[in-house]
Amino acid sequence: MLIPLSHYLFVAGLLLVIGVFGIFMNRKNIIIIMMSIELILLAANINFIAFSGALHDMVGQVFTMFVLTVAAAESAIGLAILVIYFRNRGSIEVEDVTLMKG
Amino acid sequence: MIQNLLFDLFSFILLGSAAMVVTSRNPVHAVLFLILAFINAAALFLLAGAEFLAMVLVIVYVGAVAVLFLFAVMMLDVNFAVLREGFQRYAPIGALVALILFVELALFVTGSAIAPGAAAARLFPTPDNITNSQALGSLIYTNYLVLFQLSGIILLVAMIGAIVLTHRDRKRAKRQNLDIQHARLPSETLTMVSAKLGAGAAMPQPEKETL
Repeated sequence: MLIPLSHYLFVAGLLLVIGVFGIFMNRKNIIIIMMSIELILLAANINFIAFSGALHDMVGQVFTMFVLTVAAAESAIGLAILVIYFRNRGSIEVEDVTLMKG
Repeated sequence: MIQNLLFDLFSFILLGSAAMVVTSRNPVHAVLFLILAFINAAALFLLAGAEFLAMVLVIVYVGAVAVLFLFAVMMLDVNFAVLREGFQRYAPIGALVALILFVELALFVTGSAIAPGAAAARLFPTPDNITNSQALGSLIYTNYLVLFQLSGIILLVAMIGAIVLTHRDRKRAKRQNLDIQHARLPSETLTMVSAKLGAGAAMPQPEKETL
């Protein structure tokens, strides 16, 4: 690999930090929170790919594929839950989700 | 040299669009910036030599997940201005946590190096003579076959779960009932009317709706 590993790690670290920052900033908007989770998973994938390229090991790419699968399933289920929650309550504010607080 | 320039360009656009995802006022714009971020991440994958996963990222994320987000954003009639309340209030603590996290990550990355024996500990070294797709495919369909099938089952469960969650039985909807349609007899529906010449036929009114 021609690009040094540390450059990839720097970019992936910044991407993860942006995702965490997004979760903090959009405390109410669960759609943006889910997009931030996607960004965090993307940062993890970039790390896997970068190490796979730097170490010449294929297993990192295999694992990235499984991460992609789980991320796609997670966002599908999450958006389905979001849609039925909005259908029942007419709101998607995270702070309104207090039914299970007792 | 050109790879370094491309890496800088793609990673700059990736980080900029990721920042726009979390700060943009309009969620539709956020989804579109998310698509831009995924495309640039795919370019970074290409630069690292993972061609197959770059294409998979474009197909799965840009083609499926981002469109799913776009559907959800556009289907829900949400007042997004209300959802942005507290944006400034949470900014300092968010920035603080992000800064601490990044400093920790930077300390970890700069303070660590790849072990000398790492090359010997590789499970499946990247082959030189075949393409990335071939290498990945031969690995997935032999050594990781069970995990691959399991990930397919995860997708199946997610699909069934999403359908079950969002499906609702519409009571008022008019549906076709094939049994009733097939059980119809000509004697119930057809009436022979003898019409006089030039007078037209008076249609007898049907007794009840039999559809």
